[in-house]
Amino acid sequence: MPSRSAGRLLHGLGLLAVFAVTVFPTYWMVSSSFKTQSDLLASPPVWLFTPTLANYADVFADQKVVNAVVNSLIVAVFSTGLSVLLGTPAAFALARYDFRGKSDLWFWFISNRFVSPIVLALPIYILARNLGLLDTHLVLILVYITFILPIVIWIATDQFRSIPKELEEAARLEGASQFAIFWRIYLPLGLPGIAVSAIFGFIFSWNELLYALVLTRRDVQTAPVVATSFMSGYELPWGKIMATGTVIVLPVTIFALLVSRHMVRGLTMGATK
Amino acid sequence: MTDVPVPKPPRAHPGYGRLTPLWFLLPAVVALFAIGIYPTLFALVTSLRQYNIARVRDGFPFVGLANYATVLTDPTFWQTLGRTGAFFCVALPFEIAFGLGIALLLHRPGLDFLRALTRVSLVIPLATTYAVVGLLGRLIFNRDFGVANSLIGLFGFPAFDWLGDVNGAFAAICIMDVWQWTPFCALIFLSGLSMVPVEIEEAAQLETGSRWALLTHVQLPYLLPGFTAMLILRSADVLKLFDVVFTMTRGGPGAATELISIYIQRVGFRVFDLGVASAQALLLLVITIVLARVYIRFFYREIE
Repeated sequence: MPSRSAGRLLHGLGLLAVFAVTVFPTYWMVSSSFKTQSDLLASPPVWLFTPTLANYADVFADQKVVNAVVNSLIVAVFSTGLSVLLGTPAAFALARYDFRGKSDLWFWFISNRFVSPIVLALPIYILARNLGLLDTHLVLILVYITFILPIVIWIATDQFRSIPKELEEAARLEGASQFAIFWRIYLPLGLPGIAVSAIFGFIFSWNELLYALVLTRRDVQTAPVVATSFMSGYELPWGKIMATGTVIVLPVTIFALLVSRHMVRGLTMGATK
Repeated sequence: MTDVPVPKPPRAHPGYGRLTPLWFLLPAVVALFAIGIYPTLFALVTSLRQYNIARVRDGFPFVGLANYATVLTDPTFWQTLGRTGAFFCVALPFEIAFGLGIALLLHRPGLDFLRALTRVSLVIPLATTYAVVGLLGRLIFNRDFGVANSLIGLFGFPAFDWLGDVNGAFAAICIMDVWQWTPFCALIFLSGLSMVPVEIEEAAQLETGSRWALLTHVQLPYLLPGFTAMLILRSADVLKLFDVVFTMTRGGPGAATELISIYIQRVGFRVFDLGVASAQALLLLVITIVLARVYIRFFYREIE
């Protein structure tokens, strides 16, 4: 049937077009990171060129970039870890108990998804300045917890509620404490969901720019801030900027691919399944 | 006989105190309260004072609602809010239209490998660090060596100074936003499409040869919840949008791409008028909370 194979061809071409557009900017970033400055400034842009590793050598020799990546890692790991530590017990309570004010509490947790970071950037800046916390890992970790905690609570609650109640009842008959039920039953069985929420938290923290820009000066600058800081002066070091960009984006892309099936769930906090 | 204590009805969780959930919830609540609510109250107090770091000698006198009056009568505030709305109205229809198209392509049977590959690739824009998207935008839309100009050149258009032009810069940030967020819409639509029972879809396909009829009569009801989710989540995201625009244009040229977050950041951290900026931020917070109420009413009813 000719019309059928024509449909198949169009289907394939459509998919290829989508793939090309989706991947193109990332491809352009990665390929630019292997170009020399003269190739980068060529007009029209060059598609075929002799790759160079000079930009990466430049990036890894720059203590500022290396520090920034380490800072980002410290902040992301601790803010995510603490959020999981604080969020999973709360999710357990929300999944397994009925109590007054539960829906209000729920609303409050969820509404953090909507609050614009700029709303709290100013007061947090002033408070951090007064407390002498500017340019410390701690202040970024604390701020990021407010964003990551709701994600952890949402996904973990969802996961915990899918755990059959019988397991819990059996444990209760054997005299297990509530904490033991949480620790021995819910936490291990909920691990897949918790891992997904942790990855989302990590991605958020790793990507965040506004607070990192406002609350850090020199020592604790994170990777996005440093990448942005190259954007001054007359002739921009595009190769170095794109190499830094690649170094920043690569780990989160790998993480995101790991949770790609849960991407929608994480981004909407479960509004659609 | 009245002295005999009435045996208490058995608790829902025998052997466990009523306060047990409290202990599980307390750490998270205290943390969010301390880091979230306290600064909000602080902003409230600041918004009632003249609080300009650039003029510390004046002190920080209490000025009542003067800052709010300043904000509400400030044409720039309304302009940036309007510009943010315009951005939403330009970018979102493209994201929805392309997203639906992509979802239909991905839902269609056949070509399994290519479909899987494309589906996975959708994750890449969503994970790309926003600041890096902005940096990439500056490279791609550069007047002299940007690849955008060489692509439009293929269609015979002359080179264009995207980021130096009022409309060009606005278009450029819209294009980057559409690139980054169309996959989000596509994935939501795709999960809606996959909810359509296979038998119904196949029966409908036998009944009518028209794809359009299939879409509007069979698939549409499954797509609507996701559609509303997109509308509300994206509107919240646009009010938050900062990183991409900040790195790409800093709100310029002039104020062409100064969205609300960028404007508040400028007033607070470049003009250092924290009183006015706090008032702006709190007004934005009110808008956000109203939005969140609407949203949660629509989507998170199941917990109650």
